[in-house]
Amino acid sequence: MTKSQTDAPDRTPGGRAAHRPSAPGDRRRPQRTDHLALLESHAIFILREVAAESERPVLLFSGGKDSAVLLHLAVKAFRPAGLPFPVMHVDTGHNFPEVIKFRDERVSQLGERLIVASVQDSIDRGRVPDPGQNASRNRLQTTTLLDAIAQHSFDACFGGARRDEDKARAKERVLSFRDTFGQWDPKRQRPELWHLYQGRVQPGEHVRAFPLSDWTELDIWQYIRREGIGLPDIYFAHRRPVVERDGMLLAVCDWVAPAPGEAAREETVRFRTVGDATCTGAVLSTARTVTQIIDEIAVSRVSERGATRADDRFSETAMEDRKREGYF
Amino acid sequence: MPRTDEQATDGTHDTGMDLLRFAAVGSVDDGKSTLIGRLLYDTRQLFDDQVAAAEAASARRGIGEVDLSFITDGLRAEREQGITIDVAYRYAATPRRKFVIADCPGHVQYTRNMATGASTADLALLVVDVVNGLREQTRRHACIAALLGVDQFVVCANKMDLVDWDEDAYHRVTDDVRELAARLGVSSWRVIPVCALRGDNVVERSQAARWYQGPTVLEALEEAPAGAWASGHGTGSGSGARLPVQWVLRRPGGGRSYAGMVNGGALRAGDEVTVLPEGWRTTITGIETYDGPIDEAPAGISVSVDLADDLDVSRGDLLAVVSDIPAVVNDLVATVCWFSDRPLRGNDRLRVKHTTRTTPARVTAVRGRLDVNRLEIDPAAELTNNEIGTVELTTAVPLAVDPYRRDRITGSFVLIDEGTNATVAAGMVGEPQLAGSGTASSQALATSGSPA
Repeated sequence: MTKSQTDAPDRTPGGRAAHRPSAPGDRRRPQRTDHLALLESHAIFILREVAAESERPVLLFSGGKDSAVLLHLAVKAFRPAGLPFPVMHVDTGHNFPEVIKFRDERVSQLGERLIVASVQDSIDRGRVPDPGQNASRNRLQTTTLLDAIAQHSFDACFGGARRDEDKARAKERVLSFRDTFGQWDPKRQRPELWHLYQGRVQPGEHVRAFPLSDWTELDIWQYIRREGIGLPDIYFAHRRPVVERDGMLLAVCDWVAPAPGEAAREETVRFRTVGDATCTGAVLSTARTVTQIIDEIAVSRVSERGATRADDRFSETAMEDRKREGYF
Repeated sequence: MPRTDEQATDGTHDTGMDLLRFAAVGSVDDGKSTLIGRLLYDTRQLFDDQVAAAEAASARRGIGEVDLSFITDGLRAEREQGITIDVAYRYAATPRRKFVIADCPGHVQYTRNMATGASTADLALLVVDVVNGLREQTRRHACIAALLGVDQFVVCANKMDLVDWDEDAYHRVTDDVRELAARLGVSSWRVIPVCALRGDNVVERSQAARWYQGPTVLEALEEAPAGAWASGHGTGSGSGARLPVQWVLRRPGGGRSYAGMVNGGALRAGDEVTVLPEGWRTTITGIETYDGPIDEAPAGISVSVDLADDLDVSRGDLLAVVSDIPAVVNDLVATVCWFSDRPLRGNDRLRVKHTTRTTPARVTAVRGRLDVNRLEIDPAAELTNNEIGTVELTTAVPLAVDPYRRDRITGSFVLIDEGTNATVAAGMVGEPQLAGSGTASSQALATSGSPA
């Protein structure tokens, strides 16, 4: 069961019927203007602006908490109509089953179109070398993503990245221009003034659009609580077998088994981020509700990616280097 | 598995936190990034692994203590050169306020990125090296921030340790800032003596300057009024409510509503509005959000509105309350910051993006160039990279504009190169608003906001 069925039953976001048009006698509440309301309105503004100015936009959806928030905001921007773009998952094949289940349920509940771009297909077609069954496929996603963008002629991709995640992301524009090779050039970013988002591109080029740029991890969780947004179960504390590797707790699964000298043990954990299972670590936690998670984050001394992402540990500028190649 | 505490979500009340956006500006090497790093470090906004990474990066470069500028200078090239190339956005929060911080580059070469960071700021944190005083680049940044409508300055007289916390050195900076602020028309400013490197008067009060009784940097940031930029209230009286139409929402059963973000003032159900540029009058019959209808939409909120009449309203049109409508013009005078290696000259063809409308435009004439030291406009026939000047534009379709000082949304535009699609200029409707500069102020906005 995904949390969308249990959280905040009175406010489950979702189908088109959920939009309530004006009707006489409606009890009206005043519009909020706190920091979450302003972040929400700004994100909706960006979604509408980019959808209006691009020919073939797409929303990237991993099933993680940030993309769940992004999809929710897209629904809020365009209901009662359907979304003016499909939803695309770049699937590494190294998934947590709870996340795939959540992805499929959420998209079908909304009645939207899901495209799955598969890293396994890229391997099978020889587009990328097979790194071996148990190696991280995180970096390989870039080729799969860029191939899918070319195949569908997408000229704008919405992503759920936030500037507080990483020091390279902190430098990136809301609309991030990518050349025909999908590359980000941090020294030649377009000026981005006021709310004048400018995403004109030539054929073969595209922009990445990040409506959650100014949101922090805490903002995301506070918003999830306010809106009653459903999430995959793995975000909440549960018992599972894990193996400790490079200071991270990896879930024991089809692609992660204890190596010689390592021992699996059962712990109560949750995930702060969701990615390729071979490089996404769990944190020890007993937080079983959104409120408990918010309390836990408020006193956390380790950043979200620092706690959970092996892919950022390769070098001082690992994220910048990946983004230059076309990564999310 | 029921989650009982989620059933009582906080959906009915505000977080109670407001949002202050500020930009750290000033000349290169005066210590902006170090100051922001110190502010984040001393307010415990940094995670242990972020601090450890900055320590490791410092050690690799043979720097003994942790170099706090590595907190925001995240790009490879920035760390190699020890400078800031592009804006870093950082986030901090105190119990009542959330801060969005834009740490801007100081080099003149990256003025476009500084303008990017300052364009959405409510407040400028101007950093000045007390040893060197106000340099040309300090004045350029102060000038651009003021032109962009930022009317609150918190000035940090930094590196006070290098002058042994000499009170006279602080007063020299204060005197220069007073004169500059008066000429720029910045009414709210204060100067704080700080040492960003050691944290004096950033978050912790300095023991070295007992003569200074004013607030610390953090206190000044917590006291400042927030959220001014989108509503236009930061730049003058503020305009009436406007809604640039972004998107036409078609209802499955028929009917349309018009989506966009409100600016200028609050829009209310029942308001009479004019559709511009067409000039049709109609009435707002309802304001919708996904969460249901509301009676009043404050500035900065995304909504969709229903109109009483079935009109051909589309993206790029603008709804304005009838009591206060923008001017509809094809010809306008504007202040531009030019960001391209190719000079801007009369007869150049460009695209202009204004609110939600993009249209071809021609530069009728370049009128003058702003001297950022004297703060006066000299006659000029072209603008080169990073220069600020006054130009006349003619647009292919009419635009509904307000003077920038009244409305930072309907008064602003960008210019786009038709060949490369690069954004090559930031534009503000009207001539520069500089209180002390004779010609500029006497003619200020005399020709803008009305058909030429």
